[in-house]
Amino acid sequence: MIPAAFEYYRPKDMAGVLSILEEHGDDARVMAGGHSLIPMMKLRMADVPHLIDLQDVGGMSDIEISSDSIRIGALVTQAEIIDHADLAKVAPILREAALQIADPQVRYMGTVGGNVANGDPGNDMPGLMQCLDAVFTVVGADGERDIPARDFYEAAYMTAREDEEVLTAVTIPLPNGGYAYEKQKRKIGDYATAAAAVQIVKDGETCSSVAIAMTNLSDTPIYSEAAGAALIGTAVDAVALDAAVAAMLGDIDPSEDNRGPVAFKNHVAGVILRRAIERAWSRA
Amino acid sequence: MSKKQHYAITVNGKEEEFLAEPRELLIYTLRERLNITGPHIGCETSHCGACTVTIDGKSVKACTMFVAQANGKDITTIEGIGGPDDLHPLQEAFKEHHGLQCGYCTPGMITRATKLLEENPNPTEEDIRFGMAGNICRCTGYQNIVKSIQAAAAEMNAAKEAAE
Repeated sequence: MIPAAFEYYRPKDMAGVLSILEEHGDDARVMAGGHSLIPMMKLRMADVPHLIDLQDVGGMSDIEISSDSIRIGALVTQAEIIDHADLAKVAPILREAALQIADPQVRYMGTVGGNVANGDPGNDMPGLMQCLDAVFTVVGADGERDIPARDFYEAAYMTAREDEEVLTAVTIPLPNGGYAYEKQKRKIGDYATAAAAVQIVKDGETCSSVAIAMTNLSDTPIYSEAAGAALIGTAVDAVALDAAVAAMLGDIDPSEDNRGPVAFKNHVAGVILRRAIERAWSRA
Repeated sequence: MSKKQHYAITVNGKEEEFLAEPRELLIYTLRERLNITGPHIGCETSHCGACTVTIDGKSVKACTMFVAQANGKDITTIEGIGGPDDLHPLQEAFKEHHGLQCGYCTPGMITRATKLLEENPNPTEEDIRFGMAGNICRCTGYQNIVKSIQAAAAEMNAAKEAAE
């Protein structure tokens, strides 16, 4: 489990990071907690001749809550998400999801930025951020640009971020209503067989708005507008739940792997989404 | 091949300086370079937790950190928690409550548990099982590990109260 040799850099600021990226192009990669990249390097599935450690770069480690949004720096860890009392008040779905990622040791190191930027369809934060309609800020030689989470994922490990750009922050509009992050996994530390993020708003007895995203059921996270549309205007009764699940199943495209065949994935996706909607609705 | 670099880390209060390639995994630095063999290599794939150490107040799997990342850090291993003549309450409790059989996972278990009890001095059984989920034991079935940690928590809380 010895990775290929690399040059290691620990720049003090983003200008230093960007100049190394510019010099070495796709031979260079940035690393935050390293808990996705290091295992891949140890398996020699990732070859990184120039490794840029972001740990000393400032300005990316804060959680800022304003009157209408939350800004989470890319280096904020899952453990910091879990421990942040104010964040748990305004967006409890973040804590609920983070608690279901990996194990305590991994959560001390794993970051929000790494989780969303890596593009692994098994990661939980990408689907969650699509549900919350988050925006990712990336910075490159030409300055900053914002990319909606719902437009960010192109295929497994392929995202709208260019090789010479660094994802620096995630900005989330303050969520409303009930929430649930529901995840089926075979064991601690495993990726989801299926996971669902649901944020739902109740107006009187009916659902006035909802966002639904699914994890590890396609080569990208899936924001299912159709599943949401099946719930809006309903009382989220059995008929509406069936329609939402059917619509979601039309949007995902799972593949067979050691977590099970396609039929099983579809079955679990339906169970998990149903639970997530019911729990979110009960909290709305 | 990249050149060896100069690194300085503090392990159990002692500053260590050496030359190493940046790609060296911290667990190998500790075990083979510094002869600190308490942290074990179980799976070497970030799953089992036998290599758990404390770095700047975080429980970390030393198989999933390059020595270059650890440069300048303060690291505590099981050797820094207690020894044969001055067992930590957790070590004492694991001994008394049969919290180990083969013992291979124990250094990682206890190192992780010190941090767990620091963050939550009165954990429920559920808190312990959740907080220890990154450490795998293939002997005990975990029941006696939970009992050991609960016993150590009670002991540590009683000692703290007596001191106040």
